[in-house]
Amino acid sequence: MRIIALAVSCLFAASASAQETFKLGIVSFLSGPAAESFGVPAVNGAKVVLEAFNKGQAPAPYNKTGFGGMRIEPVFVDENGGATKQVQELRNLYDREKVDAVVGYVGSGDCLAVAPAAEEMKKFLILYDCGTPRIFEDGQYRYVFRTASHAVMDNVALARYLKARGIKFSTVNYINQDYAWGHDSRNDFKAAAAQLFPGVKNQADLLPKFGAGQYGTEISALLSQPAELTHSSLWGGDLQAFILQAAPRDLFKKTQVVFSAADHVLPGLGDRMPDGVILGARGAYGLMSPKSALNDWWWKLYSDAYKTYPVQAPYRMVQSLLGLKLAVEKAMAANGGKKPTGEQIAAALKGSEWESPAGKIRMALGDGHQAVQDTAIGRTKYDAAKKMVTLVDIQRFNADCVNPPNGVKGEDWIKGGFKGAKCD
Amino acid sequence: MNTALTILADGVAYASWLFIVALGLTLVFGVLKILNVAHGSFYAVGAYAAATFVAWFATWGFAPWLSLIALLLGSVAVAALLAPLTERGLLRVFYGRDEVLLVLVTYALFLVLEDLMKLVWGVNPYFVTAPYGLFGNVQIGGQSYVGYDLALVAVAITCGLGVWWGLNRTRAGKVVLAVIHSAEIAASMGVNVGRVYTFAFMFGIFLAALGGALTAPMISVQPGVSVAVVIVSFAVVIIGGLGSIEGAAIGALIVGMARSLAVHTWPPAELFSIYAAMAVVLIFRPEGLFQRVKARRI
Repeated sequence: MRIIALAVSCLFAASASAQETFKLGIVSFLSGPAAESFGVPAVNGAKVVLEAFNKGQAPAPYNKTGFGGMRIEPVFVDENGGATKQVQELRNLYDREKVDAVVGYVGSGDCLAVAPAAEEMKKFLILYDCGTPRIFEDGQYRYVFRTASHAVMDNVALARYLKARGIKFSTVNYINQDYAWGHDSRNDFKAAAAQLFPGVKNQADLLPKFGAGQYGTEISALLSQPAELTHSSLWGGDLQAFILQAAPRDLFKKTQVVFSAADHVLPGLGDRMPDGVILGARGAYGLMSPKSALNDWWWKLYSDAYKTYPVQAPYRMVQSLLGLKLAVEKAMAANGGKKPTGEQIAAALKGSEWESPAGKIRMALGDGHQAVQDTAIGRTKYDAAKKMVTLVDIQRFNADCVNPPNGVKGEDWIKGGFKGAKCD
Repeated sequence: MNTALTILADGVAYASWLFIVALGLTLVFGVLKILNVAHGSFYAVGAYAAATFVAWFATWGFAPWLSLIALLLGSVAVAALLAPLTERGLLRVFYGRDEVLLVLVTYALFLVLEDLMKLVWGVNPYFVTAPYGLFGNVQIGGQSYVGYDLALVAVAITCGLGVWWGLNRTRAGKVVLAVIHSAEIAASMGVNVGRVYTFAFMFGIFLAALGGALTAPMISVQPGVSVAVVIVSFAVVIIGGLGSIEGAAIGALIVGMARSLAVHTWPPAELFSIYAAMAVVLIFRPEGLFQRVKARRI
């Protein structure tokens, strides 16, 4: 009799679970200068992956329908408009839309603003894209996570690549955007280069505003003080404009240019992208992604839907959603099959690890709230036969080689000589 | 010496680009007394239209140099289609109201146009680089400049002189000046003020779209290109005096040179230099360099 009662209650529970939805806020740039390169591709990635989740068509261990049987109902919000607006929009998502979790934010300034707001509201938040290391280095959070490595990895990997490939330089020029991302990237590369190339001299240090569009004066300044290496973390429309304006002036022939996050401009620029540029993608993404069944599935899913291959932003979105899915399902199991609270999901995600198309993601920093992952750096080469920019001389770096250990600030780790780094 | 030449060349090139856009902004304010916040959106539409026309010309197999004509046609199309629609369909409803209300209306228009552009052209970037390589490179002060950038100086001078000549040396220009001085008296003298407003707005929008079209070959045309240019253009027209063509030229030169000097000598002061120059001008000339103090009408 008790078995029958249990079976009936399970059926009811399963039925309730099947009808239940998991409301997920997804915030990214749908308008403005960051929409084309980051926001829209990431949201596009989210759409196809969530659809696959809801149909139960993702490969194992992500093959349960929705999140543990709950249908995922996304609510998309535009990140454009500044940090103050984003804090209000985040509150609206939790209070009015009653979302169960939020995944979002490309802008480092936005991340720095919304993280304390989510924590204050005791609501679950995943930062999926932004790069500034300050979030978990300067603050402690219980409900906030970042499922991608921070910018320290990108610039340490660039410097290690230059060292590994025997590229010698004694002078460096910089051009980075004048906000948190640009400043942090420049500082990290400066510090890493100082460690790996002692005596290197820093010259021009340009910080054009975000969205400047016109770089003629900056290019003249870079050419006026010729350096053997030029470092930049420009991205999106700014990066495309810089390349279009700098290439005819032979900047790329006069200096070795290194970009910390430039893979996303390759499909659009095509043969306008100069050969020989060294670049990263903020992870082993796109043309530098590892061969795996999961990556093949994701590549096909995205490419079939959008007729272009996925670059870094959709990769980071999908790895956050995969991690969230496993965390929700783990928390659900611990909660007797019932929909978990934000607190329970946070407990499940903390310190966890999962496979993504870009390799393993480990929540190893920030007391289990900040991810580390492997990354890769490559060099551009246009393939006329394929009519696309390819990446050659790709070198992979494991997560422990290019990320600081837990509890150590990235900047201190670099300046201390990368103590604890495991590069074998 | 070379550094001074480089600073000068960069400053003038940047000022030329700015002047083409700011000229339209100041012209619209001078005639219609509208501070058009949506000016940057027309600049962006001009860039998109240019991208579309250049792509069509390439598809039809036209010679590369004809892409310059495509840029011009794109600007003309924006001015001919969008400007009358905006002026007659929207702005005219608010004439005579508080100027602040018109600022808000154009801000609303800016937001609407931003979304309309996404609906029409999507969010993927457009590249129209063909015209950028047409003029080769030029050596100035030991630097190699793209000839196209320097050609913009000639375009800016042509636009400035053309507008000045049109206003001061033609009958139609004198009618426009009459409307600028007093629309009521001009109307009482038989001037069709509404038509003057429409054509002045069209020409202002043409200059905005031309600025965008000429910029398109050196950038990737995508959402968000409108914001930066309109903010700096406002600085230019405020320095020069709202409604003054000479003021826009001098304002653009001041902004261009201040920015160039800062980037070459003290890069962190790039933005500061622009607004410091504006602040200094406004301390001594609160109405801008070329704005005469007007008696208040009672």
